[in-house]
Amino acid sequence: MKNENKIQYIYGIADNALILGQRLSELCGHGPNLETDIALTNMALDLLGQTRSYYQYVAELSGEGKTEDDIAFLRTERQYKNVLLVEQPNKHFGYVITRQFLFDIFHLLLLEKLQNSEDERLAAIAKKGIKEVSYHQRFSSDWIKRLGDGTKESHQKVQEAVDDLWTFTDELFHSTEEDQIALDHKIGVDTIELKEKYYQKVKEILEEATLSIPETKWFQKGGKQGIHSEHMGYLLSDLQYMQRTYPNMKW
Amino acid sequence: MTIKLEQHIDPTLVPILEEISDPEIPVLSIMDMGVVRSAILEDNIAKITITPTYSGCPAMDVIGEDITKAFAKENIEAKVSLVLSPAWTTDWITSRGRKALEAYGIAAPLDEEADKEALLGGKKIVKCPQCGSVNTKMISQFGSTACKALFQCNDCLEPFDYFKCLK
Ligand SMILES: [Zn+2]
Repeated sequence: MKNENKIQYIYGIADNALILGQRLSELCGHGPNLETDIALTNMALDLLGQTRSYYQYVAELSGEGKTEDDIAFLRTERQYKNVLLVEQPNKHFGYVITRQFLFDIFHLLLLEKLQNSEDERLAAIAKKGIKEVSYHQRFSSDWIKRLGDGTKESHQKVQEAVDDLWTFTDELFHSTEEDQIALDHKIGVDTIELKEKYYQKVKEILEEATLSIPETKWFQKGGKQGIHSEHMGYLLSDLQYMQRTYPNMKW
Repeated sequence: MTIKLEQHIDPTLVPILEEISDPEIPVLSIMDMGVVRSAILEDNIAKITITPTYSGCPAMDVIGEDITKAFAKENIEAKVSLVLSPAWTTDWITSRGRKALEAYGIAAPLDEEADKEALLGGKKIVKCPQCGSVNTKMISQFGSTACKALFQCNDCLEPFDYFKCLK
């Protein structure tokens, strides 16, 4: 498998972790209470840690003297390959939890497959990530149940979030050209294979949370091709501000 | 990236490594924490391999620098590298490390099964490091750092950290 193809494949996984990590870190100090604030920023940290492992690998593969920072901070919007779901804004706590829940279920299924990748490095990153993402999934699933089966207001808010974010779930299973190449080389994961399990698991938890499953057949897509929603530009300007303003600055 | 289960640690380097503490839990040396995976001396260069507890553990950069500094004091150049596999587990915390945790006020990790019962089933088995009571409750699955959960003792009412089991 050509390095360039592998790099693009890794972006498809790593950029989800970066962008969701960035979204969660925006909440640092703004959580509804101390415990959830700490939980959300802990999860942000896990995701950024995973991102670093992927980007360090990409930096080595690219062989152009690139660093993980260049990859995180100096790409243009179209070069980020994250799904639309993870870039959606932090509207309210129920929305944050729903976005997290819809991603966590997918993320864990993906890593459980990726740990068998014939690429040793990706397998190791996945194995490490599984332990962390299991906690994330537990946290977001618990909160979905608590909010869904909570007060009238919490139920209504989280139901609206589910209805809204549902349209972004189908993209998780779209296969790009790089996905196919990676799969052919036994490096990548067949995301289509995860789809049935994903919806089954999601529905199970939503039902337990007394939430109804949206019936929409219309889904959004584009992130995987680098065509993002209107929120992405704002997110990136926040994310990239320091490196763009003070090139090569370090902590 | 090589996958080695056993640690290769040159015993002559151990005293230096034992002097370096985990920046987030200063009572614990990086040896007791189990994050040093190998340490060998070649041509007066110490090659040290460490592994993170969690992917995003911000302590790793600091530990790397601390190792370099500690060896420089002994006029030894150190090269530190990071491995992810095999992934760190709380089983690698030494028994001396577990005692140090408890003395510091952090409940040491239970085994996998008991950990699940404590974190998910709400079973009262995590022992308060202050008074020893098991009449405790979980406040939050996530504590002050990624590796810990927040608990409170129902008897002495002190809040405390519980080091989560990681396998
Ligand atoms: Zn107590």
